[in-house]
Amino acid sequence: MIHSLFLINCSGDIFLEKHWKSVVSQSVCDYFFEAQEKAVDVENVPPVISTPHHYLISIYRDKIFFVSVIQTEVPPLFVIEFLHRVADTFQDYFGECSETAIKDNVVIVYELLEEMLDNGFPLATESNILKELIKPPTILRSVVNSITGSSNVGDTLPTGQLSNIPWRRAGVKYTNNEAYFDVIEEIDAIIDKSGSTVFAEIQGVIDSCIKLSGMPDLSLSFMNPRLLDDVSFHPCIRFKRWESERVLSFIPPDGNFRLISYRVSSQNLVAIPVYVKHLISFKENSSSGRFDVTIGPKQNMGKTVEGVVMTVHMPKAVLNMNLTATQGSYTFDPVTKVLTWDVGKITPQKLPNLKGIVNLQSGAPKPEENPSLNIQFKIQQLAISGLKVNRLDMYGEKYKPFKGVKYITKAGKFQVRT
Amino acid sequence: MSPRCHPSLYWNTHSCPTPSGLSPEKTEPLTVPRGASPCHIPTSRLQGGWHLGPRSILVALLGCHCNSTRSPASAALSTLTWCRHDDLKEMLDSNKDSLKLEAMKRIVAMIARGKNASDLFPAVVKNVACKNIEVKKLVYVYLVRYAEEQQDLALLSISTFQRGLKDPNQLIRASALRVLSSIRVPIIVPIMMLAIKEAASDMSPYVRKTAAHAIPKLYSLDSDQKDQLIEVIEKLLADKTTLVAGSVVMAFEEVCPERIDLIHKNYRKLCNLLIDVEEWGQVVIINMLTRYARTQFLSPNQNESLLEESAEKAFYGSEEEDTKDAKAEAASLAKRKPYVMDPDHRLLLRNTKPLLQSRNAAVVMAVAQLYFHLAPKAEVGVIAKALVRLLRSHSEVQYVVLQNVATMSIKRRGMFEPYLKSFYIRSTDPTQIKILKLEVLTNLANETNISTILREFQTYIRSMDKDFVAATIQAIGRCATNIGKVRDTCLNGLVQLLSNRDELVVAESVVVIKKLLQMQPAQHSEIIKHMAKLTDNIQVPMARASILWLIGEYCEHVPKIAPDVLRKMAKSFTNEEDIVKLQVINLAAKLYLTNSKQSKLLTQYVLNLAKYDQNYDIRDRARFIRQLIVPTEKSGALNKYAKKLFLAQKPAPILESSFKDRDHFQLGSLSHLLNAKAVGYQELPDWPDEAPDPSVRNVEVRGTPRREKRKEKVEKPFYSDSEGESGPTESADSGESHHGGASSRGHHGGSDSEESGSSSSSGTSSSSSEEEDEEEEEEGSGEQSEEKEGEEEEEKRKKRKEKGGLRKPSWCPAFGAVRTYELLHRMAGEGLSVEYCFSRRPFPGDPHMVAVQIQISNNTDIESLAPGDTASVVMGIDFCDSTQAANFQLCTHTRHFYVSIQPPVGELMAPVFMSENEFRKEQGKLTGMSEITEKLTLPEKCRSDHAIVQQVTSAANVGRVPCGADNEYRFAAKTVTSGSLVLITLEWREGAAAQLTVNSEKMVIGTMLVKDIIQALAQ
Repeated sequence: MIHSLFLINCSGDIFLEKHWKSVVSQSVCDYFFEAQEKAVDVENVPPVISTPHHYLISIYRDKIFFVSVIQTEVPPLFVIEFLHRVADTFQDYFGECSETAIKDNVVIVYELLEEMLDNGFPLATESNILKELIKPPTILRSVVNSITGSSNVGDTLPTGQLSNIPWRRAGVKYTNNEAYFDVIEEIDAIIDKSGSTVFAEIQGVIDSCIKLSGMPDLSLSFMNPRLLDDVSFHPCIRFKRWESERVLSFIPPDGNFRLISYRVSSQNLVAIPVYVKHLISFKENSSSGRFDVTIGPKQNMGKTVEGVVMTVHMPKAVLNMNLTATQGSYTFDPVTKVLTWDVGKITPQKLPNLKGIVNLQSGAPKPEENPSLNIQFKIQQLAISGLKVNRLDMYGEKYKPFKGVKYITKAGKFQVRT
Repeated sequence: MSPRCHPSLYWNTHSCPTPSGLSPEKTEPLTVPRGASPCHIPTSRLQGGWHLGPRSILVALLGCHCNSTRSPASAALSTLTWCRHDDLKEMLDSNKDSLKLEAMKRIVAMIARGKNASDLFPAVVKNVACKNIEVKKLVYVYLVRYAEEQQDLALLSISTFQRGLKDPNQLIRASALRVLSSIRVPIIVPIMMLAIKEAASDMSPYVRKTAAHAIPKLYSLDSDQKDQLIEVIEKLLADKTTLVAGSVVMAFEEVCPERIDLIHKNYRKLCNLLIDVEEWGQVVIINMLTRYARTQFLSPNQNESLLEESAEKAFYGSEEEDTKDAKAEAASLAKRKPYVMDPDHRLLLRNTKPLLQSRNAAVVMAVAQLYFHLAPKAEVGVIAKALVRLLRSHSEVQYVVLQNVATMSIKRRGMFEPYLKSFYIRSTDPTQIKILKLEVLTNLANETNISTILREFQTYIRSMDKDFVAATIQAIGRCATNIGKVRDTCLNGLVQLLSNRDELVVAESVVVIKKLLQMQPAQHSEIIKHMAKLTDNIQVPMARASILWLIGEYCEHVPKIAPDVLRKMAKSFTNEEDIVKLQVINLAAKLYLTNSKQSKLLTQYVLNLAKYDQNYDIRDRARFIRQLIVPTEKSGALNKYAKKLFLAQKPAPILESSFKDRDHFQLGSLSHLLNAKAVGYQELPDWPDEAPDPSVRNVEVRGTPRREKRKEKVEKPFYSDSEGESGPTESADSGESHHGGASSRGHHGGSDSEESGSSSSSGTSSSSSEEEDEEEEEEGSGEQSEEKEGEEEEEKRKKRKEKGGLRKPSWCPAFGAVRTYELLHRMAGEGLSVEYCFSRRPFPGDPHMVAVQIQISNNTDIESLAPGDTASVVMGIDFCDSTQAANFQLCTHTRHFYVSIQPPVGELMAPVFMSENEFRKEQGKLTGMSEITEKLTLPEKCRSDHAIVQQVTSAANVGRVPCGADNEYRFAAKTVTSGSLVLITLEWREGAAAQLTVNSEKMVIGTMLVKDIIQALAQ
């Protein structure tokens, strides 16, 4: 399936290559560079490129292109999903998936890639299994290893490989047994010029951090499970239980993982927590325009909206912007034409406002389109859909775990057209 | 020679740049004769000389050291690069693991950067047997990378892997096989083949999985091995562990995708295991099963109207109701119409559906394509929700999913309509995503939602992304052609765009307007006039060409303007692009035909210009048109028809999606994405007109609990509980689980029985087809019961079609001499007790089976067996030379008992008689890996000849071989199934010390046998 993998940085250097079958020359990447040049923008590089002898399937993550070489028919999503899993694993091991991190840990990277694929077919992709085979690098461990001469590589088959629950390690032990769940909901919305909602929906995830000894069997129930319209599960969740009782029953992996992601049924009206008043205009035949934006809270159920950031891609003709913000600070990058306004917390008493003059290139025609505003915000202690966890029960182990649930609402792809 | 330099000195040379022009072949340091140990390479002798003096000396010096046939210059070059790695070599040669590790780490870092490190091969390969596991792993990495280039040297490492293959640690066994099979050296093909076969029957499923992975590797190395590999695949396909399933199906797809017949027996098992298989395996299995289903079942959409309602119910009903309903439905449908979905087809659809909830996008896509290609129309809808969910994922995932959605939305528009808004475009989307979303939106447009879509399009037209705007205009054009109601609105909108400041937008609009006008030109002469004016401003060739064509085509609607446009174009003719020139010629010709008075001279002028154009296409066209339209004496009959030729009514172009008809490729495949057949793509076959015999999937269970004869879920299902498993699909299942329940050999007998229990109870549920099934079965088992009627009780209706079946014992059981084991205890069996023993006689029905004698005794009142009475029966079981237990079911009127027979390893063989010489000869062949030696001490009572022989023969079914030596005992046997030799030698030394040697090709059997014999002797 996957023949080779090349990691390429933004300046076009191939800084890592790995082959699972016979060696494919680096020159195959020239086709990729060609496509990259044609696409202009990094995000417009087609994920699948056909070359005379190979197919290149690539992803772009954290300023690195993961380019895989394929020779025969394979579902493209299979490869894409796997490459993302590789990037996730790097992230998990090194804290970040950057060029420097990979270069610094090139041997571990190589060992990981060796374990993850055999002859191009995925072998072990569960992080818990990989961590038993190859221990993640820590300062303490490298010191210990240099003294004792022990290695980072495990010499027995991880127990998970053989069991029905490959995601969990055996023999997990903690002194403090804890289980935390973060219910994070994101509002995707498109608001049109007049302020009415064109499209809005709520996407949520439950991220968990489980540090429990032994083999706990958990079941998590909700007050209002009917809210969840479409759910995708971590493999640990028993599907039949959910189908029949709407209870999440599972033996969790050890550590951090995403338990479920869900979408709230679209019948429910989405409460949009902020509104934006905007006036952006460019004058004909004069090289200036006006810019006036106010953000205010709306239906926020008594919680404060914080972490508000607005980013705007201004038209190409904009040279500079002279603005004053009543709150927070703004920056305008004249090269990329991106205006960023970091607002912070919104207080209903005094609405934050950004106002001023836009300088245009002289002689250039007036931009036809007003830019759309992308808003980010965060509301703590609130799941906007109203989803509530009812209880968490544990079976199979004797101790009493500490349990915690946190709710956060965020803006997802929240866009205001002007 | 000077003493060795300190490593730090070499460090400098290491970092110097590679001399250019070195090919890897030249950097190969020395050729080592095959079979020689790498230690003999005279590296140390050479190393000293490097830093001595000027290069010329070196050259001379080295020239004689190295291969004498080589020219001195090339030798110098090769040694120069070589010397850069001297420090690494020294570290690899050292005794310290930490130095070795450091060196290997640096080498691997070099490989990772794509630098050539092949000259270190001899130094690295020595460390293949290193104790430190991390060094070992890195050496493996190195080996796999360079073995292909240095085949002779790579052979040196093979023995290490062969040793690794019989390591007690399964991880080491597996990784030895992995590396061995990854070394692409054709000469070791037979060794690989042997290793794969061995590993395919390993006890550890992880090793078996590795064996499955090794199959395609070997196949790509030597495709002549196909037949043998197919045998291994067949064996592994029958494996019941989820770990193996995905990998072996992958091997199947790569080696023999055409051998669909191998799947039949495993089909139900694969369906049932699917949910517990790891996610990557799921994708492969689902794709394979999609193809399988297309060849084996009938199209579910044959008679849609009826199915629609039944499926509708199934869709809305909950799972429980669904199955009940479906059962009733199936019965009623059967009466009304000819098509009934094959229960196996339903099984596949039902078992894949939960996977739509997977977190893995590839799995979701695989299920989606399965439903799209296989499910009845009404049920396909369920996949939409899951696909829309994937649109939240990474942009690459979005790209692929949208491509597939675009194809689906053409055929099944209704499916995605509820999710229309999810395809709305954000200004932050990458352009390629925007264009795909646009495609989907256009496909979804219909009379009811067109106004919303058009309003949305209006916002898009103002976007800064011009490619996207152009695509939007195209999309509007398509909406306008497909939906007549909005055609005028769209046209007006597009005309407004003609005054747009951006030329690209205008050009694109012109092209689209041209296409729209072609549908109803008469009403739109105003627009044509407006466009005629645009020729002065628009520079985009395609747009100019479109305008000219439009004016030429409808010159009768704009009689005054047309000649004027031609005049202008004639003036600028030489500066135009080719496509524009061609249209100018066209325009001239058409005007000449309709309005020759005004345009005759102009036309002549244009044709003259074209005659001398650089482009031969244009010259040709000019010549052709001149002959056709200008009447001369030579011009033929065509001249008369010129007007008809040029001004014929032309059909309006059909604007259609580029995704139309892409669904003949399997969705989700690379070929679909590229819209071209990729290498290795397996065509999705059309539904057959008549369904092939469904009974091929029935798992015929013989008394031989071979692996491949099992279909039931044996792994304890983690995900799926077995409840709700009953239903119409069970009808075929239950048929065979009746007898299928009889025997099994698995690791988890418990869950297995649970399953078969539930299914046999549901077996009473009736659909007509099933009843037939049952009858057939009754007949089948009837034969058997007749056979055993004599001594068999009526309650013992083991519906088991054994090869050979249960046999009446023709000889008296020797219960006393042989050890008996309990199969069913008196208490557990409610008065019925069953014991068994290994009679050690060849089973008459099949020599490959182990004869097991079963004794049934009645301790209460059983009708056909008097109290206290016993009956015995002999059963043949093929254990496939493995000690895994045979699980089966014992049925009485009232109860089912789940029992299992686990054979001691010694019972898996039959004695062989041979002479001392033969024994020696055979033993000579089975040395090395196949020899296992163990020391032991004999206890007091076991120190006589008689006692030793008795103990050994009681532990294993072996025959004594005569032996000249006094204190040596030899035994020989053959394994029952495969007939491989097992030779045992026991050497009694002074006192209590003794040495036991077992030689056998089957290492696992050998190892276990040693253990058993030692245990027997120790007692």
